[in-house]
Amino acid sequence: MTAPRTTSCPNCGAAISFLWAQAVQTTCTYCKAVLVRRDIDVELVGTQAVFPETGSPIQLGVDGKWGDRGFTVVGRIAYGWERGRWNEWHCRMSDSTSAWLSDAQLEYAMTQQVDGSGLPDIDTLLVGQTVQIGKRRFEVALHTYARYLGTEGDLPFTTYDKRESLFIDLQNDDGGLATIDTTDTPPSVYVGEYLSFDALSFRGLREFEGW
Amino acid sequence: MVTPSLDPAPPRPRAESLSCPNCGAGIELASQGWAATVACPSCGSVLDASDPNLAILHRHQQGMRIAPKIPLGTRGTWHGAPWQVIGFQQVTITVEETDYSWTEYVLFNPYRGFLYLSEYLGHWNVIEKLHERPRLSGEGGRPVAILAGQTFKHFQTAGARTTFAIGEFPWEVRVGDVVQSRDYTSPPFLLSAEASEGEVTWSLGTYTPSDVIRKAFGITASWPSPSGVFANQPNPHAARGGAIGKTLLGLLAGLILMLVLNVAMAGNERVFESNFQYVRSAEDSASALVTDPFTLEGRPSNVEVELTADLDNNWTFFVITLINEATGESRDATKQLSYYYGTDSDGRWSEGSQRGKLRMASVPPGRYFLRVAAEGGELAKPVVNYTVAVKRDVPGYIFYVFAFFGILIPGFLLWIPAVSFEQRRWAESDYAPSASDSSEDDDE
Repeated sequence: MTAPRTTSCPNCGAAISFLWAQAVQTTCTYCKAVLVRRDIDVELVGTQAVFPETGSPIQLGVDGKWGDRGFTVVGRIAYGWERGRWNEWHCRMSDSTSAWLSDAQLEYAMTQQVDGSGLPDIDTLLVGQTVQIGKRRFEVALHTYARYLGTEGDLPFTTYDKRESLFIDLQNDDGGLATIDTTDTPPSVYVGEYLSFDALSFRGLREFEGW
Repeated sequence: MVTPSLDPAPPRPRAESLSCPNCGAGIELASQGWAATVACPSCGSVLDASDPNLAILHRHQQGMRIAPKIPLGTRGTWHGAPWQVIGFQQVTITVEETDYSWTEYVLFNPYRGFLYLSEYLGHWNVIEKLHERPRLSGEGGRPVAILAGQTFKHFQTAGARTTFAIGEFPWEVRVGDVVQSRDYTSPPFLLSAEASEGEVTWSLGTYTPSDVIRKAFGITASWPSPSGVFANQPNPHAARGGAIGKTLLGLLAGLILMLVLNVAMAGNERVFESNFQYVRSAEDSASALVTDPFTLEGRPSNVEVELTADLDNNWTFFVITLINEATGESRDATKQLSYYYGTDSDGRWSEGSQRGKLRMASVPPGRYFLRVAAEGGELAKPVVNYTVAVKRDVPGYIFYVFAFFGILIPGFLLWIPAVSFEQRRWAESDYAPSASDSSEDDDE
């Protein structure tokens, strides 16, 4: 694993420090410029005028637990859909793998990318359809058409070139979930589980006045 | 570990203050941006909560106004966490042309998200959205839903529509829109599936006494007590009956064990048998004799004396006294034997028996003899030959018959209210027995 490194923002000159060594894309904390890593340097690929407001208690730097593994939140993608907004928080797990914490309607779920080969054609994945992913069976619960609203921190892939995407959410009978991100071909598949706020043992959460 | 050099975001303010674009009334948004719609508490317009200008989605709402029992803005504590009431709606279903309405409360905590309360005629449920998808099964008629190994029986399917709404909702409230709602019950839990727009949302309600809700939200006003039996209301008789029922079952098992042991361990041992003759003398109708002594062994137990007499259209009255040889302690018992027979227009008949038994309970071990006094009888038949046989430790059954009913009767009395409670519960379901008949009767 490469040590976290620092560089400076090609847009405003502020120091950029990577929280996750394998980060492909990051955002300048000062000017919100979106930067993509190229070998030893970062390239400015865009700027974000207004970063989307969020009501999430999660923020960059929050620590948490998923089972017996700890994690640190290092990045975020904000999405918008017909019923509002949610975030996918990019987490660096204690075993240096990458995971995602979803906060849609403050229902928390942790997922990790799995091998999606062998998945049926996405056009056949209608709501109610049963799908086998690895050893687990899931039922298609919802199709979500989401817009990319903005990013923050370190990400394992680039998003600046994306606008909208179809996400297929799947659930099962024991609290598991899977998300198929159809942005790319073949689609990316993430599998994990819903977790209660208490089970995640968060530290460093954002504060809310009066709460 | 890397310590991120990040400036944490400043605390979020308590609420956003906006004004209703329809009536201008002030609207506070407490849900930190998570609500999809907000219904203006003043004019009832349904507004887009994700839009900074609160675009109007639906301008009008039904004219009636309903005051929530727990006002919007109230903070309460549930399972140790604070929750604020941010939304309230009335939901109505129509069954056989009759409207049934309940109310729902949206609770919010900026860390824990949303929790819901529902109330119908004083029956409260605390409702969580489920992430699990229950398995459905319909073998043998009535559909069931299975969640974490627990089976929920289908209770009711109805088209539910929002008939009044104020405050914030994490979904798009549309007054008048119908969603298909299916309820499955396993008291105190209620599984509900709501289907709308190609999505099925499952939730799990827990029946909660109204006093618990009042206390959790610091409500001082008194609420009317619940009326009727709710779909997932725990059966108090079943709970009480369950504990007593277990005790009764235990007693029954004990009784059966006692019976088995009694039969197995009973000595049923013949300790004495002898033949005697009773000759009724002319002047004195009674004739007494004493037997040879015999030994009763073992634990204190019963003694059965069996009398057999060659009665032939005759009767004899016996007074049997069991006397302890050492202490002189005595026990009396009497038995009349009579045996008559003959022929009449209906054919042969007979009455009585030549044999009879009498029993003495709890006789301690020791040496005993019997005094046997015989008396009475037909004048024409002065001689009766009889046999006296003594048995020790004979199994008895009559106690078990009484004990059995002694256990069954309270069990039955407990069972009746439990069953009637269940009947009242299911009378409100899709499975009410002859529901249409009774409603026709009500209409008369």
